[in-house]
Amino acid sequence: MTEDVISLLTPEGELLQHPDYPLEVDHDLLRRLYRDIVLTRRQDIESTALQRTGELGLWCPVLGQEAAQVGAGHAMRPHDYGFTTYREVGLFHVRGVDPVELLHLYRGVSHASWDPRRVGLGLFTIVIGSHALHSVGYAMGIQRDGADEAVLSCFGDGATSTGDVHEAMVFAAAFNAPVVFFVQNNQWAISVPVDRQARAPLALRAAGYGMPAVRVDGNDVLASLAVTRAMLDRAREGAGPAFVEAVTYRRGPHTTSDDPTRYRDEDELSHWESLDPLDRLVRHMELVGALDADFIAAITAEADALGERLRSAIRGMEDPDPLGMFDHVYAEPHPQVQSDRAAMAAYLAAGEAS
Amino acid sequence: MTSLTMVQALNSGLRRAMENDPKVLLMGEDIGPLGGVFRVTDGLQKDFGEDRVIDTPLAESGIVGTAVGLAMRGYRPVVEIQFDGFVFPAFDQIVTMVAKHHYRSGGITPMPIVIRIPFGGGIGAVEHHSESPEAYFAHTPGLRVLTPADAAEAYVTIQQAIASDDPVIYLEPKRRYWDRAEVDDLSPISGSPWSSRVLRTGADVTLVAYGPMVRTCLEAAQAASEDGVECSVIDLRSLSPLDLDPVVRDVQSTGRCVVIHEAPVMLGVGSEVAAAVSERCFFSLEAPVERVGGAYVPYPPNRYEQHYLPDVDRVLDAIDRVMSV
Repeated sequence: MTEDVISLLTPEGELLQHPDYPLEVDHDLLRRLYRDIVLTRRQDIESTALQRTGELGLWCPVLGQEAAQVGAGHAMRPHDYGFTTYREVGLFHVRGVDPVELLHLYRGVSHASWDPRRVGLGLFTIVIGSHALHSVGYAMGIQRDGADEAVLSCFGDGATSTGDVHEAMVFAAAFNAPVVFFVQNNQWAISVPVDRQARAPLALRAAGYGMPAVRVDGNDVLASLAVTRAMLDRAREGAGPAFVEAVTYRRGPHTTSDDPTRYRDEDELSHWESLDPLDRLVRHMELVGALDADFIAAITAEADALGERLRSAIRGMEDPDPLGMFDHVYAEPHPQVQSDRAAMAAYLAAGEAS
Repeated sequence: MTSLTMVQALNSGLRRAMENDPKVLLMGEDIGPLGGVFRVTDGLQKDFGEDRVIDTPLAESGIVGTAVGLAMRGYRPVVEIQFDGFVFPAFDQIVTMVAKHHYRSGGITPMPIVIRIPFGGGIGAVEHHSESPEAYFAHTPGLRVLTPADAAEAYVTIQQAIASDDPVIYLEPKRRYWDRAEVDDLSPISGSPWSSRVLRTGADVTLVAYGPMVRTCLEAAQAASEDGVECSVIDLRSLSPLDLDPVVRDVQSTGRCVVIHEAPVMLGVGSEVAAAVSERCFFSLEAPVERVGGAYVPYPPNRYEQHYLPDVDRVLDAIDRVMSV
């Protein structure tokens, strides 16, 4: 690989085809990408607002990374499978995760939010990097099933320092597993800059495992789509794992509990604001005449409706039945859970009776 | 019936589980052509192929983490950890992922994974090869913990562990690997492994043990009987769930209880047994519940282990103490 970062859209919004990653681009595709980025951004803003008004315990903002994620989501086929971090809001949206269900976790009524079988995304893990291994195991299962499928394994620059991500790369290469590691290098792991994780581009690590790597402009939705699709196609065809480093930037805080003013300066933020992924797509759509006022109004109305739906579903959501905490600890009956449940039920009943 | 060592019984049990269910896979270090360092998987890769008996890279978290992914895809991985002291690189995956995934998925995604770990001391091994980590796992909701005491048990319970839709930490008492027993390898598997077994009944003292200490307790009970003290011996077999009803019934009759394991006494499985017996048998007890086990030191160099590990004499000493109250 080279250290060059692949872009298809110039900052002015001109489309340049890349010889290795050709992409057919029509107005319909551009409009679908526009819609997905706008709705992801609205979901992010509304969820942050719900946290700020005390309706959610936490939220992990995605601002700045939407293009990387939406592009990767469009690169997946319906039967492909993804493993993500908590921040892949764009990918959740593209795969059809219900945005209300997603907030159940942040509301504190559930540890997880969606049915993995329906959306083809594993539940995200909160321990950093753990799911990289699950991705590889799942891909080994695809191999054994002889299925025409591949796995997209998303994590961030911080996770590349973990042992589990290293072991995931070793296993993926050893078994030639159909998995694409999609690393969003958003420059920061909470307050620690990427040069504390790696002193060379993250993608250079892939060579040591014997897998190809590409650096792609993560603020260019078309480049993210083209590169990730090529790597997933390659994995499905049996050519083995690959590594994509999407170079992007987390413009918001790590979570709503974070304060980035303590560790990064305004100039850096302004620089990345000038590289906004939605602005770049809009410039291209204006150049080719793919954006008109009616379309923008329709998507804005859809975003407004999404916001209204999130607010009305989350505000005042009832707490769960206390005995629900005993559900599904085991798949088969376990006497200890049963007796602890019975004890709590008796205690609660006695409290109600008195 | 066939006379088998515990290693052979486990091998036969694994073979039968693989024959019965094509989703059963074995994963681990050196389990292929070598057959595992204890030869438990001897010949299985030759018969079932490299896709079902997977020699993995040398990385325990990687083995368990990829097993999680395979389970999500519908497979039933059986992982071999080479020695007890090497399970800790995988501890994070076991405790945070394997144990919790069915729960956090709201019951959608089971984790039918078996993690086999040769455990315990008594074989003169170097550091990290003789440990008894069962309390960590039994303390973790979401895991089941089984330990066979002999070859016949091993043949049956390894298959039951694999058939379970829950993750099972399967602790193999390595000092008993070469003990023989008559194994019924023709009858269908029946019964539940999640219960204690009463192996001997006596009027005076209830001995409670599991895994490698079951044989030690049977020998101690025999020696005590020759001195006129009659002991019951109960094999817990499953440490999660813990089936204490047979223990309670027996202690209500004997009034005296001794719990034995190799792991340190401090906060060990014996502490839970002693607390439960004290709660449930308070008015029947003739003496405080005694615990016999390892000292609160790291597993010592093997020239110390004859002093560290409970043996027949230490069990008899504890029996004397509860009888002299």
